Amino acid sequence: MQETTIDKSFKTEPYQINMGPQHPATHGVLRLVLTIDGEIIKKVEPDLGYIHRSIEKMCERDSYQQIVHLTDRMDYLSSHINNEAVCLTVENALELEIPERVKYVRTIIGELTRIASHCLWWGVMGMDVGALTTYFYGFRDREMINDIFEETCGARLTMNYNVPGGLMFDIHPNFVKRTKDFIAHFKTKLPEYDRLLTENVIFQKRTKGVGILSKEDAISFGATGPVGRASGFSCDVRKHHPYSALDKVTFNEALKTEGDTFARYQVRIQEMWESLSIVEQLIDNIPEGDFRVATKAVIKLPKGEFYQKVETARGELGVYIISTGTKNPYRLKFRSPGFSNLSLLNHISVGGKIGDLVATMATLDLVIPDIDR
Amino acid sequence: MTNEELQDLIGSWFPNPETDKFSEIVEASETEGSSEEALEPSKPINPSLLEFTQEGSQFLNINVNPKQLHALMNQLKSNEQTNFDYLFCLSGVDWGEALGVVYHLESTTHRHTIVVKANTKDREKPTLDSVYNIWATAEFHEREVFDFFGIKFNNHPNLKRLFLTDDWEGYPLRKDYVDEINMVIK
Repeated sequence: MQETTIDKSFKTEPYQINMGPQHPATHGVLRLVLTIDGEIIKKVEPDLGYIHRSIEKMCERDSYQQIVHLTDRMDYLSSHINNEAVCLTVENALELEIPERVKYVRTIIGELTRIASHCLWWGVMGMDVGALTTYFYGFRDREMINDIFEETCGARLTMNYNVPGGLMFDIHPNFVKRTKDFIAHFKTKLPEYDRLLTENVIFQKRTKGVGILSKEDAISFGATGPVGRASGFSCDVRKHHPYSALDKVTFNEALKTEGDTFARYQVRIQEMWESLSIVEQLIDNIPEGDFRVATKAVIKLPKGEFYQKVETARGELGVYIISTGTKNPYRLKFRSPGFSNLSLLNHISVGGKIGDLVATMATLDLVIPDIDR
Repeated sequence: MTNEELQDLIGSWFPNPETDKFSEIVEASETEGSSEEALEPSKPINPSLLEFTQEGSQFLNINVNPKQLHALMNQLKSNEQTNFDYLFCLSGVDWGEALGVVYHLESTTHRHTIVVKANTKDREKPTLDSVYNIWATAEFHEREVFDFFGIKFNNHPNLKRLFLTDDWEGYPLRKDYVDEINMVIK
């Protein structure tokens, strides 16, 4: 019998493939250069900057009122919270006393924003792993929140409802009623989310044990928001550095220790329950009063450095302003949660398959303009 | 720890060699029994090589010489009393004369915050040590600073443009950057 010889010239070697910049699972213009061996991922290198607008440079030329509008265009799903971050920084620097009414309304709308963002994420998450129905359910419920925003702010996504000193206008007379209607509605829908997707065996097999991030790595990579909390990193800014009316409510920080894709999913579902609870605690107690305190037409911050962090739907957003006492910031830096969360993508997806990468990216919940500021 | 305790502890890690001379002078003059006013040196000598300030900031600020940057950062993270394990913000700043990096650190166990600043006056070839091996998040943040400010980081594993194309000329977030086509200046 003749001995079979293996031709040594045929060997497998890793090769590179582009995922994006136009790929449905990257949710925006993100290009990932994957080095893969067969279907196993060896390296993920993000290539950024396709929609970079250099907001930080623009801020150096703009007044503080104008900067608020630019922040909508970072993480557009948390636009209200981004606005709030800049307004809080300016108000703290000026030592303005903000009316209680403003604080309550800001927190309520902030939490509604978080629910709307998570609804969209939940729909898209299901779609990414092959469950199309979730997309329609998620968008159906998010629509109710957008309608509330539209009535009060005049806009549905990039709201610009915050101004330094308060709110642009008072809340609409229907605001309280419609918010309560939404809470009642959404409380019946969230268990439906669980029945449809969370308890689905195929979904659990796609997500459990995939993309594991340890607590030490989460802290080292600066992973915040649901990504950090799913790894056991207690990083909720609302708990540790409460702002607006968040010191007046009780809620649990959603924490998990598994650190895998399924844990990140569960944290977001739990966060929606907590946000509902926060809104419920505040909605009946909105104090009467002004919706805005007067500020000067030209705002000049005192000389110095100011830092404010807030919890957006994606994690910790930091606003760092260096002021020289003029009407423009000397330097303004946005510490965006998406940027830090993206940096750990390579770390948690090496060794997995491309299909796992899609599921992992879905639970990182990246919004690309937040990374490409 | 309070800011004062932090300042005392961190300052003691990098003693100023000039301080020893100062204490000798104090001891020598005490034996002579001269008044305390006479002991005041014309220029106060900092007991530490680090400069601490809280002026115009809600946090304790440390200005550090780039030579000591990596050693200080390593100690801030690994020392059990400080344990600054969470680098939550890393920003490049063009101070005009100097280029610098500002590090915002927080401890997840002690929940105290500190700001470290390192500046270099060399605008042609600004260089600082990378801290990516202390905090993994620094890898991307330092690439961003390199991209926009042109500060090079020693020992960085993958220092190349992050947002801009490789052939982009200049560093846009520097104050002296000029782009007549893309920049709208009022």
